[in-house]
Amino acid sequence: MIKEFAASLSNWIVPFIILAIPLYAYAAKRIKVYESFIEGAKEGFTIGVRIVPYLVGILVAIGMFRASGAMDWLVALIRPITNLAGFPPEVLPTALMKPFSGSGALGLMSDLFKVHGPDSWIGRLSSVIQGSTETTFYILAVYSGAVAIRKTKYTLAASLLGDLAGLIGAFVACRLLF
Amino acid sequence: MNFVWLLLIGLAVVAAAFKGTMGAVSDAAFNSATVAVQLALGLIGGMALFLGLMRVAQDAGLVQALARAMRPILKWLFPEVPKDHPALGAIAMNMGANMLGLGDAATPMGLKAMEYLQELNPNKDTATDAMCMFIALHSSSIQLIPVMVISLRAASGSKNPSEIIIPTLVGTLCAATVAIAASKLFSRLPFYRRAVAAGVKKND
Repeated sequence: MIKEFAASLSNWIVPFIILAIPLYAYAAKRIKVYESFIEGAKEGFTIGVRIVPYLVGILVAIGMFRASGAMDWLVALIRPITNLAGFPPEVLPTALMKPFSGSGALGLMSDLFKVHGPDSWIGRLSSVIQGSTETTFYILAVYSGAVAIRKTKYTLAASLLGDLAGLIGAFVACRLLF
Repeated sequence: MNFVWLLLIGLAVVAAAFKGTMGAVSDAAFNSATVAVQLALGLIGGMALFLGLMRVAQDAGLVQALARAMRPILKWLFPEVPKDHPALGAIAMNMGANMLGLGDAATPMGLKAMEYLQELNPNKDTATDAMCMFIALHSSSIQLIPVMVISLRAASGSKNPSEIIIPTLVGTLCAATVAIAASKLFSRLPFYRRAVAAGVKKND
């Protein structure tokens, strides 16, 4: 039920925004909406082109990392710690993949759904983790690339700490609720 | 970032040598480069659409109104941004779109926010504290309804695909809290303070 509501809400919301903003601007403020729109839209192109090198840099590194199978090593390294907390080892690759690749993590999660079912403990936990963490490397590359920032200082550290907290929070919340 | 980038590539090559996946890694390097360009160019359409709309909303004063409504939070998160600066409006729009799960709309506004923040930046190649905070906050994915996960669960035959909303919210809030706390903390470390260098006026 909520799913249908959520799905139809996101169908409605974009057309609504596209209509409501210019309509208000035109009716209440007498703005030349079409010209104003074009003026803003021009900037889309420059930003898109500017992020290309940053995106190539980060996605090549992530692509190579994924294809090499080095993720198995990372999982093997971390598994003893997460096992102590009772974190299911099956979910670990999905959780570790998320900061690197959103589609990769989604793929691993649907594999888990196929094997264990979405309503299993593993299925639920991986769903919650998926929603609580972000594709940090991608965001960092795109956002800093858009303004040609090369020195990002502590951004990566703070973001990854946030992901870790999301992971732990998701695990604890699932423990309590399911 | 330099270290992490090298680490990813280094690990990939070493692992590939051990596991005999060098061919796949080589292909992946070229494929990823192509995908990256497609992705960046693919962003342009949505970016033009939403930046156009944002300009209309700005001209009508809507963005500024949203920024004013969110001023208490924004002031606390981004103390060095002047209170009427357009960066705050773009940040507010980005956060709003993210919470509604409109990732396609959030990204253009987020990137516009970065451009505004860059105007305030004395060292154009180094991120400011406001930028670090903004990106860190963004990567904690505050979202009221995780539409993507729910639809994937439904497609896999879940009896109650939306039961994960509440725990996801808890996880997201943990992520956001820690990302904010870490950013605030790191920004006070002498190591990063020095990096900002002299001659920068601080008003926090």
